[in-house]
Amino acid sequence: MNSDGNEDPLDWMALANKKAKGKRPEFFDEPEDDRMFSILMALVGEVSVMRQRMDTVERLLDEKGAVSREDIENYTPDRDAGKERGAMIREYIFRVMRGPMQALEAMKEQEAPIEDVSRKLRDM
Amino acid sequence: MSKSAASIDVAPPYRALTMHDVSPRPTHDEAARFDFLSNFNKFLSGALGPGNAVTYEKNVLPEFTKQHGREPKDRFEIRHAMNEDPFHQLWSAAKRNSMEMRQQNGRAMVLRQIDTPDAKARELNESAPDTLQLNPDIEVPRYQSAVDIHCMPGSYHGEERPGDVSAGANYDCGIFATTAGGLGALSDGGGQALAEWWQKERPGVSPKRILDIGCTVGHNVVPLALAFPDAEIVAIDTAAPSLRYAHARAQSLGATNITFIQANAEDLSRWADGHFDWVQTTMFLHETSGTALPRIIQECGRVLGDGGLMLHLEQPQYSDEMSLFEQFLRDWDAFNNNEPFWSSMHALDLKQQMIDAGFTKDNLFVTGVRAVVDTDIFPQQAADAKEDHGRAAVWNAYGAWKGGKPA
Repeated sequence: MNSDGNEDPLDWMALANKKAKGKRPEFFDEPEDDRMFSILMALVGEVSVMRQRMDTVERLLDEKGAVSREDIENYTPDRDAGKERGAMIREYIFRVMRGPMQALEAMKEQEAPIEDVSRKLRDM
Repeated sequence: MSKSAASIDVAPPYRALTMHDVSPRPTHDEAARFDFLSNFNKFLSGALGPGNAVTYEKNVLPEFTKQHGREPKDRFEIRHAMNEDPFHQLWSAAKRNSMEMRQQNGRAMVLRQIDTPDAKARELNESAPDTLQLNPDIEVPRYQSAVDIHCMPGSYHGEERPGDVSAGANYDCGIFATTAGGLGALSDGGGQALAEWWQKERPGVSPKRILDIGCTVGHNVVPLALAFPDAEIVAIDTAAPSLRYAHARAQSLGATNITFIQANAEDLSRWADGHFDWVQTTMFLHETSGTALPRIIQECGRVLGDGGLMLHLEQPQYSDEMSLFEQFLRDWDAFNNNEPFWSSMHALDLKQQMIDAGFTKDNLFVTGVRAVVDTDIFPQQAADAKEDHGRAAVWNAYGAWKGGKPA
């Protein structure tokens, strides 16, 4: 309770970050890499959110020629717009996850180092 | 819409979810966060996930065999070896972070506006006081308190202030992201599938008394209540915060024939032998323990009447027919998503557990169940969907008719 007799509001920003009980597995060899990766993932997510907000603004402008914050907050895509926005997120995810996907592709092939190729070309 | 967008497999938007009276309402960006996560989860399971098998075959297995002079003898040896592999490390880290972000995003949305769902829940619960029976003497079982299940801070029983519904609201809103919308507009595709299954099995017959065990927020029981409005339904859970939310949610959706009771399924002594004609758990047994599970199945059998149905929905059990590598993949949540009983539970022979509880072998069955959703917007899981091991909206139902299925 605060001095006005009202319940103190929760510090929801801090509470949202609460850790789940249970020791967290470390995935990488260095713990710092796990922390850095968590920050990176959160950023990747937030960029997607910003792109989606831009898309909402563009769609509202197309439709009405003006936007208000309320329109943005209440925007609900119809079926087609929902699919297009899903495709937009998917395209974005593929782009940022290029590295791991190419690593997967590389595993399927047995590629010689470029140095070897270079040597072979020199001698052929 | 462009043709290319129409044919691409994407998760439905969060905004397509049906809101009920206690649903936390998302801002634009909160919905967009879940849209990112649902599509990211699809990416991790669909596009990147197959890399685990590739790196196992190409790198991990040859290295293990070279070192040990033999192949791995169980899923645990595979896990230890895979945990050293850079590709698997990255995939696992991404999957874990996705779950942690889902929890953070869900909790931020719920706690930002907690006054509203709390007030709505209070109002709905006070309007129907007989169908919510909380009992502060019920202890949170050790298997629920040892760790926060699926990395959900506070688990099903946590409170941020006394009497709140934050645990239930957070669980409810984030199922969408975890399953990439696979459970439909109210995340209740599992319950809808159960109702359809019964109607096919026993056409024209309505169950009279149903017991749903480990009901959490009631996703899997509300569809039964709506499909069988004359049935008397009891839903139990040990977590009061989830039950407060579940009851309000059910009331808001018009499911008034469910009594939510805070109780532990290991002791169903308040109900007489043979009281129910349908007793079920859905995705619950893996969140119990080695001693609790047989007790629960025993009690299920006792309170079930002759000709009654016992049904346990779970992901497929591990067996000799399932490759060790697939067992390892299906075990991921056990060690990386705070599901500590998952691994040993899935190694149990559930049929034997039911026989031990007094059921006859001839009366047991296993059947596949997949989520029933509005396929116009929500994805229909393929019958053989197994890309997201342990999370697909496709389950095995381990069932038994007590004394045989009625003619």
